[in-house]
Amino acid sequence: MLALCRRDILLAVRSGGGFGLALAFFLILVMFVPFGVGPDRAVLARIAPGILWIGALLACLLSLDRVFQLDAEDGTLEALATSPIPLTGLVSAKAAAHWITTGLPLTLASAPLGYLLGLPAEGYIWLVTSLAVGTVSLSFIGTFGAAITVGIKRGGLLLSLLVLPLYIPTLILGAQVVTRAVSGQNPVASLALLGGLTLLTLALIPIAAAMALRANLR
Amino acid sequence: MSLWEYANPVKFMALSGRILPFATVLSAALLLTGLIWGFFFTADDFKQGSTVKIIFLHVPAALMAINIWLMMLVASLVWLVRRHHVSALAARAAAPIGITMTLIALFTGAIWGKPMWGTYWAWDPRLTSFMILFVFYLGYLALWQAVEDDDTAADLTSILCMVGSVFALLSRYAVNLWNQGLHQGATLTATKESPIDGSYYYPLLVCIVGFITLFVTLVLLRTRMHIRLRRSRAVLAREASR
Repeated sequence: MLALCRRDILLAVRSGGGFGLALAFFLILVMFVPFGVGPDRAVLARIAPGILWIGALLACLLSLDRVFQLDAEDGTLEALATSPIPLTGLVSAKAAAHWITTGLPLTLASAPLGYLLGLPAEGYIWLVTSLAVGTVSLSFIGTFGAAITVGIKRGGLLLSLLVLPLYIPTLILGAQVVTRAVSGQNPVASLALLGGLTLLTLALIPIAAAMALRANLR
Repeated sequence: MSLWEYANPVKFMALSGRILPFATVLSAALLLTGLIWGFFFTADDFKQGSTVKIIFLHVPAALMAINIWLMMLVASLVWLVRRHHVSALAARAAAPIGITMTLIALFTGAIWGKPMWGTYWAWDPRLTSFMILFVFYLGYLALWQAVEDDDTAADLTSILCMVGSVFALLSRYAVNLWNQGLHQGATLTATKESPIDGSYYYPLLVCIVGFITLFVTLVLLRTRMHIRLRRSRAVLAREASR
């Protein structure tokens, strides 16, 4: 499983695209916000938590269709499915690799981008913490979506339609952590709920994703 | 004799064919009675005037929107566990009805909201969770359309319905933390006596039962349609291969 995870990370880094693409998308999205709503610092600071969370979420979505697609096309996925690793383990390894190549860089990039949007000082630590916890569940839910759409030609758009509604609780709780921290409330309760949600997805999503893969490979 | 015998398409077709005329007449009669009673033979509310009468459409539609998703979940689980094709097709047949009910609830609510709340739409938890339910229905229907193989499509949509139910429930409670509500809480409960005056309560009950029978009628009709579609496709494939 570790070897599989390492292989996926190396593939993502060396083949180009996946790794830098999400970061570039995140940067451009954040840059577009002042163009859209005007450069007023007060307005930007107020909407910064939501924008950063939505930006990270959409950037996460970009590389999802690659999770299984390339392996399905060249037959690696069938070989992996018949290997002694259980399908749930395969899915978890894939999701972990996806998080390390997109979720983690996005989390690290969010702090400087937050500065660009004038996020108040007390928000940074909570922004990074909430994204670090929340993007894990985004990667796992996304992997489930990728497992469902793996057999569909040009399934990218459908993947977004299936995955985005599932992202709603994560987005609500994640953005709330930052909003609360910025407005001087205690964000720990929201962060605990977000952590609980992430643990729930970690426990249940691999089972569902493995079921979907099995249906697609039959 | 057990319930599972009707998982056999032939038996299902025979039984549903016998039930369907009764269900059609019953739902038409109940809906006509309930709606005419509700719209023309109840007094106006002292505060809301005649706008209150929209509850005879709004409440049953909203009830059905949620319960149809539950019915799809049960049908999906039956498909996943026992692999009865009728069950998968019934879930597929129910989804368009469910999305229509969600839209009816959203639109009647908006029409009532303008004179009463002063706005067609507010980001209230209940309103928002209905919009979320709408998006879940959309994804479910899109997945049925996208997958070519029938059994794979049934498998994938069932899994999506299962996961979607968990996340729809999570969203339902997450939105409560996110914004204050404008919509009233639940008024009709099975355990307590209704606080609604009888002159509204009884026509409302008739309308709710009418909507349920309407759903049964439509879902039987659409399941039969899907079974026949599949049969005709099998016949065509046999002819083509000859």
